[in-house]
Amino acid sequence: MNPLAQLFLARIREFYREPSALFWTYGFPILMALALGLAFKDGSGKAIPVAVVDGPFAAERVAILSADPGLIVKTVASENASWLGGGMLLEIGGEEQLVYRFDPTHPDAMAAKRKVDDLLQRAAGRRDAVPTKDQLVQARGSRYIDFLIPGLIGMNIVSSSMWGIGYNIVEARKRRVLKLLSATPMRHGDYLLSFILARLVFLLSEVIILMLFAVFVFDVQIQGSLLWLSAVTIAGAMAFAGLAMFIASRTNNTETVSGLINLVMLPMWLLSGVFFAYSNFPGWLHPLIKALPLTILLDAMRAIINEGAGTAQVIGPFAILSIGGAVFFYLAVKFFRWT
Amino acid sequence: MDTKPSAVRVRGLVKRYKSLIAVNGLDLDVVQGECFGLLGPNGAGKTTTVEILEGILPYDEGQVEILGRTWADGRKLRQRLGIALQETYLADRLTVLETVTLFRSFFAKGRSPKQVIELVGLEEKQDTWAVRLSGGLRQRLAIACALVGDPELLFLDEPTTGLDPQSRRRLWDVVLDFKSKGRSCILTTHYMDEAEQLCDRVAIIDHGKIIAEGTPQHLIGTLGGSQVVEFESSIKMDEAFCKSLKGVSTVSSFDKRWRLSVTAQNETVPALIDALRAKGATLTHLATRQASLEDVFISLTGRALRGDS
Repeated sequence: MNPLAQLFLARIREFYREPSALFWTYGFPILMALALGLAFKDGSGKAIPVAVVDGPFAAERVAILSADPGLIVKTVASENASWLGGGMLLEIGGEEQLVYRFDPTHPDAMAAKRKVDDLLQRAAGRRDAVPTKDQLVQARGSRYIDFLIPGLIGMNIVSSSMWGIGYNIVEARKRRVLKLLSATPMRHGDYLLSFILARLVFLLSEVIILMLFAVFVFDVQIQGSLLWLSAVTIAGAMAFAGLAMFIASRTNNTETVSGLINLVMLPMWLLSGVFFAYSNFPGWLHPLIKALPLTILLDAMRAIINEGAGTAQVIGPFAILSIGGAVFFYLAVKFFRWT
Repeated sequence: MDTKPSAVRVRGLVKRYKSLIAVNGLDLDVVQGECFGLLGPNGAGKTTTVEILEGILPYDEGQVEILGRTWADGRKLRQRLGIALQETYLADRLTVLETVTLFRSFFAKGRSPKQVIELVGLEEKQDTWAVRLSGGLRQRLAIACALVGDPELLFLDEPTTGLDPQSRRRLWDVVLDFKSKGRSCILTTHYMDEAEQLCDRVAIIDHGKIIAEGTPQHLIGTLGGSQVVEFESSIKMDEAFCKSLKGVSTVSSFDKRWRLSVTAQNETVPALIDALRAKGATLTHLATRQASLEDVFISLTGRALRGDS
């Protein structure tokens, strides 16, 4: 009969009885990880489709290229025929002079051209000046999936905090549930705290599920301490929970809060390096990007998971996220409107 | 009556919304054990007044005392009140029992959730999500939440607006049962029959002011007659004509229809027919009934309660 426990139970029940909330929290990030993880899993393993234009040299070229397992070789009757729905990356034509036809903006076409050219030149008698040997290395923590998983966890923390707290509070205000509750002897703090406690439970479950998935399906390894990873993740989640509560502290319009949530989330999703490193953005943007809370969280998480960062590197981001969260909570409670 | 402790005491209450004055110098006294009704059309200031009494809205001027306390020491007072807002939506995906249990947890003492659910007749729906209840059942759930803290004073803001007759009856029974235990109740309504059924005293509010106050019988008595005759005729008659008829105390009209408060229908109706015949007019409409609070409101304001035309 403890009011906080009852409010907490209500939060948990409302959550698991909402199928779409379950999907966006658990299903969606796993599907994203699966899709992106598989797409970028092993760039070297894919066979490259190439076409040889029929002619006096065609049979010989097909024989040379077919011997390489990395190529799928097809013969086409005339030049340019292969682009029409063939999905070819490279067309090999010409007679005495080799003619390569390809799209230079396609990232795999250049590699295909280099590979095919090497094979044909060597078969024609070219000797490499220096003998070479490829040694393929997959360093732990350096694969795309290692980069992606912390990104997806961070993205998930942001969106589930924002929607789970921000949207639900505004909807409760819009439907005058807040007004009714504030007319009972309920402590206002208990109500807000129930959102935070429920968020912690959901956070733990969503991070653990996604991490287990990453470890078992993609062989991601956590190099640093689990304790620090948990601490940073919780601090990040609390920062976003506080931000969500602040955003939701006054409005009773669900469209307004949806707009505000997107306004806060979109720049972070784009800039903070969820899917690709923010080092791709121009240098003058970096100080701004590094000030975004999601960037702070993602950098810390990646440092712990992929580089085994310890207390010295992580305590700063942890403190910033914690203090930020506390400030947002303070502001949210100060401005909170019940009616 | 003055010896009974006060449930609600209001003096000179004023509430302004920017340019609009919602409550304009309102005085109110409700004693414990009384069921008091606030009546009036939409926009008259009923809900604003009640929400000020409930400690939800701040007010600009005046004094408000609830159960002998002011809202300055709010939380203790809340333990003793039960509140159902106008059109409350509760959490969609909590069951009836879960919702009432949640509300019970806010109160230091109270009744068992199951007992209250039975009281409002929701025991067969106790495991149903609130979102799947009809409007009438959802309103009963809201009342159950208001009753679960075993309040001394119950506030109901338009508890039966839009409900089916069966749900209205059921809610009336719940209120009458609550009242029979000597508890106090304040309700707003624009259904006159509801006020007559439930309330010991009523106040009629218009434009943020109380324009009449008393027992339903007393207010109906001010009309001068306990019965009403309504008529329309082929030729429009004037007020002098209506007042000249036997047994008529007050008259009012809207459109072509005249409404007469009379002491005895069986004397006025034959007189009306004879008088019309003498003028060569015929009756196009005739109705007789007992006078109600609706008639009081019309005679006070010249307007019908529902609708603003």
